[in-house]
Amino acid sequence: MTDTFDLIIIGAGPAGMAAAELAAKHGASILILDEQARPGGQIYRAVEIMANRNRVELGDSYHAGLTLVNAFRDSHVQYIPKASVWQVSQGGEVGYSFDGTAHIVIGKQVIIATGAQERPFPIPGWTLSGVMTMGAAQILLKESELAIEDAVFAGCGPLFYLVIHQYLTAGIPIKAVIDLTPKGNYLKALPHLFSALPALPKIYEGWKWKREIIKSNVPYFSDVSDLKILGEEGVTGISYKQGSTWKTLDASHILLHQGVVPNVNISLAAGCKSSWNEDQACWRINVDDWFQSSVKGVRVTGDGASIGGALAAEQRGRIAAVGALVQLEKITATEGDHLAAPYKAALAAEMRVRPFLDALFKPSDTFRIPQHDNTIVCRCEEVTVGQVRQVVGMGCAGPNQLKSFSRCGMGPCQGRFCGLTVSELISETLKKPVSAVGYYRLRPPVKPLLLQELANLKITKGDSL
Amino acid sequence: MITNAITSASRTADAIIIGGGLHGCSTALQLAMRGMSVIIIEKDYVGRHASGVNAGGVRRLGRDLAEVPLSVESAKMWHDIESLVGDDCGFVASRQIKVAETEEHMVQLQNRVQQVKALGFDHEKMIDQKELREKLPAISDHCVGGLIVEGDGSANPFRTSQAFRRQCESLGVQLKENTVVSRFEKKEGVWHIHTSMGKFESPNLVNCAGAWGGKMAEMLGESVPIDTRAPMLMITSRIPPFIDSVVGVQGRPLSFKQFVNGTVLIGGGHVGKANPDTNETLLKYEGLAINANIAMTLFPQIRHAKIVRSWAGIEGYLPDNIPVISKSNIDGAFHSFGYSAHGFQMSPIAGKILSELIIDGKSELSIDAFSINRFSNDSLKP
Repeated sequence: MTDTFDLIIIGAGPAGMAAAELAAKHGASILILDEQARPGGQIYRAVEIMANRNRVELGDSYHAGLTLVNAFRDSHVQYIPKASVWQVSQGGEVGYSFDGTAHIVIGKQVIIATGAQERPFPIPGWTLSGVMTMGAAQILLKESELAIEDAVFAGCGPLFYLVIHQYLTAGIPIKAVIDLTPKGNYLKALPHLFSALPALPKIYEGWKWKREIIKSNVPYFSDVSDLKILGEEGVTGISYKQGSTWKTLDASHILLHQGVVPNVNISLAAGCKSSWNEDQACWRINVDDWFQSSVKGVRVTGDGASIGGALAAEQRGRIAAVGALVQLEKITATEGDHLAAPYKAALAAEMRVRPFLDALFKPSDTFRIPQHDNTIVCRCEEVTVGQVRQVVGMGCAGPNQLKSFSRCGMGPCQGRFCGLTVSELISETLKKPVSAVGYYRLRPPVKPLLLQELANLKITKGDSL
Repeated sequence: MITNAITSASRTADAIIIGGGLHGCSTALQLAMRGMSVIIIEKDYVGRHASGVNAGGVRRLGRDLAEVPLSVESAKMWHDIESLVGDDCGFVASRQIKVAETEEHMVQLQNRVQQVKALGFDHEKMIDQKELREKLPAISDHCVGGLIVEGDGSANPFRTSQAFRRQCESLGVQLKENTVVSRFEKKEGVWHIHTSMGKFESPNLVNCAGAWGGKMAEMLGESVPIDTRAPMLMITSRIPPFIDSVVGVQGRPLSFKQFVNGTVLIGGGHVGKANPDTNETLLKYEGLAINANIAMTLFPQIRHAKIVRSWAGIEGYLPDNIPVISKSNIDGAFHSFGYSAHGFQMSPIAGKILSELIIDGKSELSIDAFSINRFSNDSLKP
C-alpha cells in the first residue's frame, strides 16, 4: 500500500466515483474512501445488488447509476469501503478508521465528495420512536427491501414525491400524505420556469408523481401551516393545522422529509470557508470553477459543496478531477480546459432547472425555524427551542458560545442534526442575518472515533510532501 | 487615585487590563472589589482561548515548589468560589491522584512528599495499592499506588470565565471585546493605550494577555522567552459514571476525568501547532494517539468509548514552566501571564496578588520566583 497518493477522494457517490474514474485514466494514484459497503452513494445505494432483482419501483434513474458504478469498479483506484473519515487537515492529511484501526494518509490533492444529507425537521415530537426520515426509509428499501407500512408522509421536495411514488408503485399501503410545499412557492418558481424548460420532461415526471398521489385513494392534505407529532414514548398520531383548525390522524409511523442540504462537516472541519445561501437556506462551501476550496489542495465537489443533484454531481466530480490533474501536473492547464469543456457544458445544462426547483421546494420558515418552546433542537443533548432562546437572551451571540452555554451541538452527531436549525433560530431571535450569526466551529473527529482506534493509529506518511 | 465612577463611554480608569481571560477578569474583580475603576481590553471575547477551553483542573497536586504556597491559598478561594463570583463554576471537589505504575515511581513520589513537607505543607499524601483501588476501582491492575490530594478537583472553564466576567460587570468593570492593542505610551505618569477601538488612558497597566503576554511585555521593552503552544484535549460521548477523581500519572503526560454528565476528558499537555496571529490551532494526531494509549493503559475499560471532539487552546509557556507574576521595571505596569498550561487553579489568588501589587505596592505572598527579570540570565533562554 502506498502511503502518499496523488489524489484522495472522500465519498464514492456520483461525484467521487466520476472523479476517481477520470483521474485514474490520467495516471494519478488514487485512494477513495467511503462509508458504505458498496459504491453508489445515497442515490445509487446498493444499485449493484438491485440490478439482479426486479425492483422496478426504484425507477430508471436509479438503475442507470449502475453504468457509473461499473465504470468505477473497472478503474485502477484503491477503494476502501466501510471506511469512516474523521478528519481532513490542511496539508492533505486524511484521517480515517477501518476495521478497528485509525490511519492517517496524505493526498497531494484531496477531493471531498460527501454528498447531501436531509435537512433537520425540528417539529414537536420529531425525536419520538416511530418517526423516521424519508432518506432512512429509502435506505431500508434499497439495502433490505423493507418498507414502512401505513406511515404518514409529511414534507416537501423532489425526494418526497419520489419515495411516495415508489411506495405506490410497489403497492405499499400509505396512511396519509401531508404535502408541506408552501403555496406561495408555485408563484415564486414561475419566473424560473423558462430557463428550466430543457428539463421539462423531468418536471413533468414530478408533476405526474404528484397527480398520482392526489388521484390515489391515499388521504392527501395540503395548505398545512403547522404540525405536531403526538405520543409519549412512541408515536401515536400527528396533528396538522389547516387554516385555524387543528386536526389529528392516528398513526404509529411518520416519515418526514423537507429536502436535502450539503453535508459539510468534513469540509468545515478542514477549514474550508462557506457562505449562507438564502435560496437553498443552507451553508455552501466556497469553491472556484474547478471546485478548489479556500484550503490549498482541498476540493469540495458534488452535493457536498452545494445541492445540484446526482447528474450534476457526476459532472462536478469530473471537473474537480481535472482541476486536481492540472495541479498534479498530469496534464497541462490547456489540456485541462479542453478536457473539462464537455463536462462544464453538461453541468451548465443540468443546473438550469435548479433555480426553479429551489424556489418551488424551499421549505416553509415554520418547519425550518421551530416556534414551539418545547421542540427539541439538539437531539444528542436534548436542548429545546426555549433553552436556546433563553441563552441567546443572556447574551450568547452565536452557535459556538451556545455550545459552551448549553451543550447544544456537542453530542456525537457534531451538529449534523441541529446546526442549520441553530443558525436560523439565533438569526431570528437576534434579528441578525444568518451569515452574521455563523455556524459551529467544528472539531475533529467529525465522526466518532473509538479511543482504541485512535490508540492504534497508523501513520503511513510518505516523504514526498 | 481611587475614583470608582466611570460612565459607560469612559476611556479612562484606575487600571486597564490587557486580556479578558480568567486572569484578567480575576484581577479586574479584585481591583473593583477594592473600589477601583477598571477597563478590560480583550482582542477576541472573554474565555475565547486557554481560559475557556482548558481541562478545568483545580489542583494543588504536583505543583512546582515555587507555586505551592500560592496554589494552597488559591484552593481556599476555590472552595468558597460562590461567595467570590456568585456561581459555583461547576467546581467539584473530590480529589486528584497521581498514579504510580512502578515501585520506582513510588520512590519518586515519596521524595516529592518530603519536598512539599519541607516547605511546611502536608496536603500531598501517599496511598498504597489497596487505597488506590478503593479510590479508583477501574484502575489497571499494574498500578501500585500514588500521590493524592483530597479536596482538589475540577471546574467548568467556560462557566468559570463567564462567572468572573459577570461578577466583574456587576461591579462596574468595563469590558471592551474585539479590541486589539497596537501600542503603549507613557506620558506624565499616564499610560496611553492605543487600540483598534481608539485610545484608553490609565495610571496602571496590567498585562494578563496569556499566550500573547510575551508580545505585550515586548511592547513594554521587557522581552521574555515565551513559547506559544497548543495543548490538545479530547472528550468522549457520555458513558456510565465510573470515576470521580481527577487522575494523572507519574512520568507520563496524562490528565483524565469524568464529568457529572458522563463525558470523559482526556488531556495531558500533548501539543499541536498554534498560530497566535490567526487564532488557529492544528491538531497532531500522533500526540493524541499517545494520549489515548496512556489513558487506555490506566483504564482499560474505556477503550470502546467514542471520542466525539478534540481541540487545542493557545497557551504561553515559559522555559521554567512557571508564570510571570511581577511588577514591571516601568512604574505603573504589571504582569501576570505565561502560566504554562496550569494557570486555571491559580487564577483567584493571582488576581488578588496583582490587586495588592497595584494598590498596596507589595503582595502578602512572596512572588520573587515569578519575576519578569529572571530571564535576564542567558542560561534560561531556549
